[in-house]
Amino acid sequence: MNYLMRRLAAFPLVLLGVSILVFVAIRMVPGDSITAMLGTEAGLLTPAQRDSLAAYFGIDQPWFVQYWRWIGGILHGNFGISVTYGRPVLDVILERFPLTLELALLSMIIALAVGMPAGIYAATHNEKPSDLGVRIVAMIGQSTPSFVLGLLIIYTLSAGFGVLPAMGEFAPLRQDPLRNLSQLVLPAITLGFAFAASVTRISRSAMLDVLSDDYVRTARSKGAPARSVIWRHALPNALIPVVTLSGIEFGYLLGGAVIVEHIYALPGLGRMVLDAILQRDYALVQGSVLFIAFNFMIVNLLVDLAYVALDPRIRLGEQ
Amino acid sequence: MRILRAILGHGSGRIGGIIVGVYLMVAILGLVGLTPHNPITQYRVDRLHAPSAAYWMGTDLFGRDVASRLMAGIGQSFTVAFFSVAFAALAGTVLGLAAAWLGRRWDGAVMRIMDVLLAFPAILLALLIVTVAGPGTWTSVVAIGIVYTPIFTRVVRGPALSLKAREFVDAARTFGSSSSYIVTRHLLLNLVAPLTVQVTLALAWALLTEAGLSFLGLGTQPPAASLGLMLSDSRNLMETAPWLMIFPGLTIMISILGFNLLGDALRDILDPKMRRAPA
Repeated sequence: MNYLMRRLAAFPLVLLGVSILVFVAIRMVPGDSITAMLGTEAGLLTPAQRDSLAAYFGIDQPWFVQYWRWIGGILHGNFGISVTYGRPVLDVILERFPLTLELALLSMIIALAVGMPAGIYAATHNEKPSDLGVRIVAMIGQSTPSFVLGLLIIYTLSAGFGVLPAMGEFAPLRQDPLRNLSQLVLPAITLGFAFAASVTRISRSAMLDVLSDDYVRTARSKGAPARSVIWRHALPNALIPVVTLSGIEFGYLLGGAVIVEHIYALPGLGRMVLDAILQRDYALVQGSVLFIAFNFMIVNLLVDLAYVALDPRIRLGEQ
Repeated sequence: MRILRAILGHGSGRIGGIIVGVYLMVAILGLVGLTPHNPITQYRVDRLHAPSAAYWMGTDLFGRDVASRLMAGIGQSFTVAFFSVAFAALAGTVLGLAAAWLGRRWDGAVMRIMDVLLAFPAILLALLIVTVAGPGTWTSVVAIGIVYTPIFTRVVRGPALSLKAREFVDAARTFGSSSSYIVTRHLLLNLVAPLTVQVTLALAWALLTEAGLSFLGLGTQPPAASLGLMLSDSRNLMETAPWLMIFPGLTIMISILGFNLLGDALRDILDPKMRRAPA
């Protein structure tokens, strides 16, 4: 409990750091948001028009006033107005977030559904040819960048089967679940492949570790059936590193998969932030980076709490 | 020498070592310009030429030789990867040692700053830095270096803290050794093994991040060759000229595979605790 309190108390501090860093960094990008928004037409603005636009977006003030206003607004749930979308930042973020969340969940499901059985299989067939096969595939999977795999998938589909991935207008899950899944299945496989490879490797080595422990040997010598030794005795303990890895990876995926969204033309959080940086949409970059950092910290905290649930011997914060 | 022999005696170490060795040679050839053709010369009559004896890996839309561009691209990627990891390892080691040795407020301050950097999604942080400084080779080096600094800081700080509490450090203090002597002699020397493993694995990530940045058009700028950019340019031509995608894709993948295999082998060799369960 004490640990949880201390972790939660560190949240505002880290978020404050993130907010300052992103605030300063985005203002160091050459050019301003008005020029980025209007392009060459910005040159046609009269000084008075430019001033009133700057005043509207609040970028006419000195930086500390801008920062103070921004932070004050956030405390009241107001993340500011996006210059590119002309709408509240939080609305834009929350509109993109479901896709990112869904993609992250699908990739994790693929990774766990493929990676854990593969890892356990390899561990129980240690040093046999099938174990070697699993390890080779996992190593290749872990070394394949998502953009290489994504392009390979698109190429194989179009050259081999004459089909293209379902792109075009994105269909939200609630409106058209079938179309939505058909649009997300390839991106999820692309992201899930390397993820599954990491899960395979970590579950294999965790399982091997546990299988050589004394209590597993005891269970075996008592004559417990092999299946029950693996599922009842070994697996719960081997799960801890798998949970850590999947949690951290999931936390990263919640930040948006910039490159995969780019390849499959998906309107997720990652692409939105990339565009916002390129457009110098200050409020949107700041708001989304804070949002992503917050999610990441929450997921990490949940992972830590999951340790305790999986292994009551662990007392957090006593290292 | 002993390490080299151990790597060559280790199954995946041997494969990883050979891959990395070959890539290093190609990178050097690419950097000094010893390529079959000039990587930016456009042979207009031979545009989109399939792989042949004259152009081993074909030519691109502008008639440039893909094999030569790949060699130059490998040189480019490896330069960025090596310098950025050197940056991260150096900064991370100094910060990690300072945090562990000075303790208290220093430790708290350094680790909170690292927490802030870690809470940033890696690719977004790199993107932000690149946009601030303008895309280019050295910007990529600094961006990737900063992104990976927190990882090295953590890798160094943890073991340094436990080493600091060991008897031999107390003994060195009693003998009147200076702080700088203890930190460099007793702490740093004992951290060489975990650092070596981390550097090798970080090289794989750095190659990946560099390729990702240039894939998005924010890394090395044309007409200079870069693997990510070649791959990105291949997208519209993948049906007519699949070699434009396949060769850069495989080149990136195998280079990362090489460093991953080597990193795994080094971990097995240098970290006895991991020997029980080589993954």
